Parts: sequence; C-alpha cells; structure tokens
Amino acid sequence: MDKNINITLKVWRQKGPKEKGAFETYKLNNVSQGSSFLEMLDVLNEQLVNEGKEPVAFDHDCREGICGMCSLYINGHPHGPDSAVTTCQLHMRKFDDGATITVEPWRSAGFPVIRDLMVDRYAYDKIIQAGGFVSVNTGGIPDANAIPIPKKDADLAMDAAACIGCGACAAACKNGSAMLFVSAKVSQLALLPQGKIEAARRAKAMVAKMDELGFGNCTNTRSCEAECPKEVSISNIARLNREYIAAKLQD
Amino acid sequence: MTQINSKIPEGPLAEKWKNYKDHQKLVNPANKRRLDIIVVGTGLAGASAAASLSEMGFNVLNFCIQDSPRRAHSIAAQGGINAAKNYQNDGDSVYRLFYDTIKGGDYRAREANVYRLAEVSNSIIDQCVAQGVPFAREYGGLLDNRSFGGAQVSRTFYARGQTGQQLLLGAYSALSRQIGLGKVKLYKRHEMVDIVKIDGRARGIIARNLVTGKLERFAAHAVVVATGGYVNAFFLSTNAMGSNGSAAWQCYKKGAYFANPCYVQIHPTCIPVHGESQSKLTLMSESLRNDGRIWVPKKKEDAEAIRAGQLKPTQIPEEDRDYYLERRYPAFGNLVPRDVASRAAKERCDAGFGVGNTGLAVYLDFADAINRLGKKVVEQRYGNLFQMYEKIVDDNPYETPMMIFPALHYAMGGLWVDYELMTSVPGLFAIGEANFSDHGANRLGASALMQGLADGYFVLPYTIQNYLADQIQVPRFSTNLPEFGEAEKNIQDRINHLMNIRGKRSVDSIHKELGHIMWEHIGMARNAEGLKKAIEQLKALKQEFWTNVRIPGQGDDLNIELEKALRLADFIEIGELMAHDSLDRAESCGGHFREEYQTPEGEALRRDDHFPYVSCWEYQGDNQDPVMLKEPLDYEFVVRQQRNYKN
Repeated sequence: MDKNINITLKVWRQKGPKEKGAFETYKLNNVSQGSSFLEMLDVLNEQLVNEGKEPVAFDHDCREGICGMCSLYINGHPHGPDSAVTTCQLHMRKFDDGATITVEPWRSAGFPVIRDLMVDRYAYDKIIQAGGFVSVNTGGIPDANAIPIPKKDADLAMDAAACIGCGACAAACKNGSAMLFVSAKVSQLALLPQGKIEAARRAKAMVAKMDELGFGNCTNTRSCEAECPKEVSISNIARLNREYIAAKLQD
Repeated sequence: MTQINSKIPEGPLAEKWKNYKDHQKLVNPANKRRLDIIVVGTGLAGASAAASLSEMGFNVLNFCIQDSPRRAHSIAAQGGINAAKNYQNDGDSVYRLFYDTIKGGDYRAREANVYRLAEVSNSIIDQCVAQGVPFAREYGGLLDNRSFGGAQVSRTFYARGQTGQQLLLGAYSALSRQIGLGKVKLYKRHEMVDIVKIDGRARGIIARNLVTGKLERFAAHAVVVATGGYVNAFFLSTNAMGSNGSAAWQCYKKGAYFANPCYVQIHPTCIPVHGESQSKLTLMSESLRNDGRIWVPKKKEDAEAIRAGQLKPTQIPEEDRDYYLERRYPAFGNLVPRDVASRAAKERCDAGFGVGNTGLAVYLDFADAINRLGKKVVEQRYGNLFQMYEKIVDDNPYETPMMIFPALHYAMGGLWVDYELMTSVPGLFAIGEANFSDHGANRLGASALMQGLADGYFVLPYTIQNYLADQIQVPRFSTNLPEFGEAEKNIQDRINHLMNIRGKRSVDSIHKELGHIMWEHIGMARNAEGLKKAIEQLKALKQEFWTNVRIPGQGDDLNIELEKALRLADFIEIGELMAHDSLDRAESCGGHFREEYQTPEGEALRRDDHFPYVSCWEYQGDNQDPVMLKEPLDYEFVVRQQRNYKN
C-alpha cells in the first residue's frame, strides 16, 4: 500500500553550460508514494518558488513515457532504479522512507548541460537528419498493401522503432556511445522493404555523423540495453554492424 | 454584420475536393523558392506540413517548444488511425467513414470538410507505409485493422499501442530529411508569442527563445499554426505538460475567429486521479474497449464495500455486475463514442456505484477476453498498455480489472478556418487540433491522427498555394518594420508586467484553481447557473493572477515559471470564452452536455432548429465581451438524426 515518505534530495544545480555546477540538498516531507518522480520534483519546485528561490530546471512533457523529453540520472541510473520506465513513469513507491536520492543531468560529451538537469540532445536529431529516413516525398505512393511484409520483420522493425530518443543509452555508456540509438533506426528501416533500398547509404551516413559529433565507440558493455526505458535490444547493434560492413565492402 | 465565408466549393459532395484542386491557383517551382512559410508546431500536422511544403520547394521556418521536433504530443496517441481502405472487406467506404465522422460529431461539422478528410485518409496510410512506419500486419504480410468507438467496421490501422509515436516519427523523418537538406530551418525551444500583421495579412511571428529568454522576430509570406488544443486549461488532462493554447489565442487576439470553444472531449478511459500532487492524467487507449468490458457493481452495498477496501472486484459474482454500456447501448456496447461512454461513467458514479477509494472510477475488465483469447493474445494486443497501467497504479490488470475514469483529452473547437484551412486573417492558416474544422461536437477515436496528417500532407500543401499564388510579387519583409517592433514591445511589456507583480502565489497553484473551476462548471455536465458562476469566478481568478502571481528569476533568461505564467494567462481567458460559448449553446451535442437539455433517458438533446451553426467568436479587446458570428451549417447531403447507438 502506498504511504507518505520523507526524503532528502541531492540535486545538481548549474546556471549554464559554461558555469560550474554543484549539488544542493533539499528535504522534502510527506511525499505520496503514489506520485511520480517528476510530480515529486513539482512539489520541490513549488516549495522553492514559495521561498522565492529559482526552481530546478528539468525537461519533461508527456509524462507518460513516450515523448522522450524527460531524462535524469537518479541514484546512478538513467531514468532511475526501476526497469523499462522513463523518469516520468518512475513512482515514489520505489523509494523508502528516509531515503537520500541523488539527481543529476545526463553526463555525456554529446549532451551539454543547458541548466540544472536540462541538457541539449540536438545531436540525436542531427544523426537522424544525416540519414534516418526513407527518401520519399509526399504523394504518388503505391497502395499500402502493394508490398506484403512478413509479420516477423514488421514486428522486429516495431521493436526497434520503439526508441524514444531520450539519450539514456549514450548517458549510460562509459564510452558515451550512441550506438543503440543509431542501430535502432538503421535496423527498423533495413528490416522493411521500403527502407532496404537506402540501407547501405543510411548506415554509413548515420555512423559518420555520430562519430563527427563526438560520441564514443561501442565496446559491448550492454549498459545501454540495461538502461533503455523501451528495452531496445543490442541485437540491433549487431545488425547495424552487419549493415555497416556490407556498405563498406561495397565501396 | 460580417458574413462568414467558408469557401466551400460547388458541386456534389464527392466531387468538391477534386473540383477545387482542378481549378485552384498554383505556384510554379521558380516562384516557390521566393516564398517563405512559417510553420509553428512539429506535431503530426506541423511536421507533415513543413516537410511537404519544403519538398514542394517553399522555404520553411519551423518552430517547436521542445528540444526536438520528435517530442510533440501527437507522439502520445496510442490506439490508431482511421482510413477507408476496406481491407477487411467489411463494407467500409469513403462515404461510410464520412458518415460515421459526421454522426460521431453530432452533426456539428461541415459536410464538405469531413468528406475531404475521408477521401484523403487512404493516401495517408500509403504515405506512412512508404516512410517505414511499422504498422501491425497479418501473417500473410498485409496490414491489420481493429475497430474503434462509433464505427461498425474495422478501419483502424495501428502500430501496437504506439501509433501516434510511429506516425509522428514518420513525419519527423520526412522533416529531418528536409532539415538535413537545408530547406527547412528549425527553431527548437522557441515559443511563438505573437503574430505580426502587415496591411491586414499575417507576415510573421515573434518567438521567445526559451533558452536565452530573448524575443526574436521572423518574417514570412504566410504563417501556419499547428499548435494543438487548449484542454490544459483544465490543469489535469491527458495532454503533455507543455501543451498550451497560447499560439492560437494570440491569433484570436489578432483577429482570427475562435470557433466552438465549448466543444472539448472527455476521454472515458483514463487512469483515475491519485491525489493532490497529480500533474497529469494518463490515457488508456480506446482500443482497450475492443476486448475490455466496462462495469460497476449492481448493488450499492457492494460498491461501498469496494470503496472501503473490504471487497475485491473479482469477488463480485457475474450476476451482480452491471455492464452498463452493454445494457444501455446493445448495438455498440462497449464501443459507443467517447462522449457517450464518459457520460455513462459519470452517471453511474454520481448514482453511488463508483469504485476505487474515491468512488470516481469504473472497471475495465479483461477476464472474459483472457478466457476467450488466452493471455498471450491479450498481451500481444495491449501488453505495453497493461505494463504502463501496472507501473502507475501498482496493480496487475491481467488479474484485477483496471480502474478508469473520464479525463479531458482533446479540443474539437479551435481557430475558425475556411475550406482552405485559412483563418479569418488572410495568410494565417491553422491545421490539426488547432483548428475546429472536422470533428464537430465530438471526435471519434483514431480520427485525430487522420486529421492532423490529412491537413499537413494532403490539404494545406494544395490550399496554401491558392493564397500564395497572389503573393509571388511580394518581396521578403524586413523584421525591422514598425509592425514587428510594436508586436515585440507589447509582449515585452507583458513579460515585464508579470515579472514585476512579485506576488505570493505560484503559477501552478493558480492553474490548479482554474482547473477546479473548469471541471466543476465547464466539464462533463454544464448548466446555465453554473456557467454564470464560472464566468464570475474566472474574472476573479484573472484578477488574482495579474496581482498575486510570483515568478522568480529574470524575464530575459531561461525561466520555466515565466513560460508557464504566459500560458496560464491565456488559459484563464480561454476558460472565459469556453464559458460564454457553453452558455450560448443552449442544447446538448457531443462533448457539450447541458443538463437542461436531455432526453428522458438522459441522452444529449440536440436542438437543430436553434443551433445548426458554428459559433465564431471575434475578439473585441481586453475586458470587453467577445462578439459571436454564426456560420450556418446547411446539411445538403446528410439528414440530421438523433444519434442512436442502442439498436
């Protein structure tokens, strides 16, 4: 049964990308375990505003685990201690009365801090812009059932497409690698006949962009897979490597 | 009095859109390069429009408030998207999709618009498949469908419970391609705070850079607003935290009519409120009603024992359960439209049969489906929704029935647009949920995705050319023009004013109070007395906000409280307009239920002789009552009937 708990928060505060940050400690009493982690932060911010202080800046939007906007390193884990959830779906019942909770932004060279817990993840968009699409314009498309697709392939493509682009994979990786993110998109499109046509070009372009933006290499530690809120599998990385090698062999 | 011109083309219903396209003006490729279009928003409508316009050769400036265009709230749509493909051979057709949508909207939408929507629906599915959207498929490799509320055919295409995500990522990938090619310029973490008009036409916007806090000016030949709906005025809704009505509201204040603000949708299947710190409500997809059965206890004492925690739902024998939707609406059962299902839940809870510790919940039960199909099939169909439910409520829906309750979900009302999707301000267009055009008084499930993409991929890219064809001689505007300066100064003054109030109350505390007023008086059931009271209360709340809000930090810096305050200021005024419109519309239709107007069985009583029109509200200035103009809804092709989902 959910009850109310008292907690201590250690929250990373940082004014801007170039400024020095530090942890601030806050006490919060009577937090309902039925509330989500972000609702708990709302309560903290309400308290700060009422004290005339600046609230903690953090990214969030849909609060149902699908937009990928929320982030946060909680007690050393991207999206906190629960599995297969985003921070907005993490509930306070996962914490005990009297707990001390450490909250940090994503720590990754690819994601500079904007303020407090808010980071810039535009690098992920740039990787998609480099090739994460099928090059078709609007209109003049054959009937949707013109090309049958084996259910198995469609399901695997959907597994990969479940990625929400939150950045937890790169944040969790000791090398700061974005391979899980890149491989999910490459896999989704390579598995479908519509995307297969450009598969080689896509794999090369996206990997090149990822390297250019300063993301590290994959050394198969699997921490990305363990922390991914959508449980995207590292078998996608294997598929990306195959696509990439095949593309390079064609050069 | 101003006449409303909806510019509906002549001719038989099925030929109007073709006739329009055959005769509209076009812009040639060389001239497209000389024309700039601002698209505000990157949801299904905004992203699909920005991508399509750019592919055609226009220069596009695209804005989103989030850190990436992929975050727009369209992403949260779960269940599916409708199209009249008739792949299931179950009798579907363009006409039937049109008819279901008109009927579902309680005969308060434009026939010509809805027919066009049904007509282009099939192209949307083709387009999405070509982009690599992984729709659900049958073992034979062809696309699968399921059924949704308000229809007797299976016409809904879906990608597990993440259809909105997959469609948005499809549009986002098309948009990303154009950004990569340098043809769309993207401004992320930018919020439109005003429209700039020059000689009566929309020629640009002022946007606030949410990272630096600075105001920035942008000019273009036309402006497209695709900024979604305004139901966060209720504080608690299924919308994202950042979803807001402010961009549309600035358009209204610059002369665009606001149409049917009272039509908002309350979704029947949401997870009930848990407590005071609740920040939003989570939707459980309508697709669950395909297999889930909705019930409450038949006996009041059972309901009371459940509320007290003394009885579990699984202990209630079959004969003591009231499957009230199946009882009241045998023909559609659990798949009645959303407005009907929501009101029926409220009726049972008000009568004392509600469950959960608050009594504000009903059961959605999958026991029968699990018996019939096996747990594995149920898991395949709804696994991610069940997981989501369990994480939030800490209860296993495979074993205990889900608890659900209605919540605010979608705005059918919005900026008035003509057949070309242009507002009453020349050069200002509104698409997707931001406009009012296609859903009448109630939207059917899986039709929002359809409308957003129809507008963005297949309607606006045509109709905007009819406007821009006259603009090819117009050179680019300088943002140094006095019109830009004046607009920027107005918003700067507003920000300074807010920062200087230095009152005692947080933005959220006032927003919650707004939500209570809205839910109490302008929610699922409305009456004249309550609406008049709401108007008084909103006036007082507006005063409280403008004298007692407290915003820490600086106006010209990243300031999350200021962002919320600017939106809340508009939400309060949107609430006022909703109250006026609800009061004016002395009938019940779709999502708008006036208690004074119901049938003896408690169904919505429409009054076609008095209200067969679109309410178009025109702004008259601060502290002045808005004026209402009427666009008559002449039904040429469909005979209006009392909606019947019983037999």
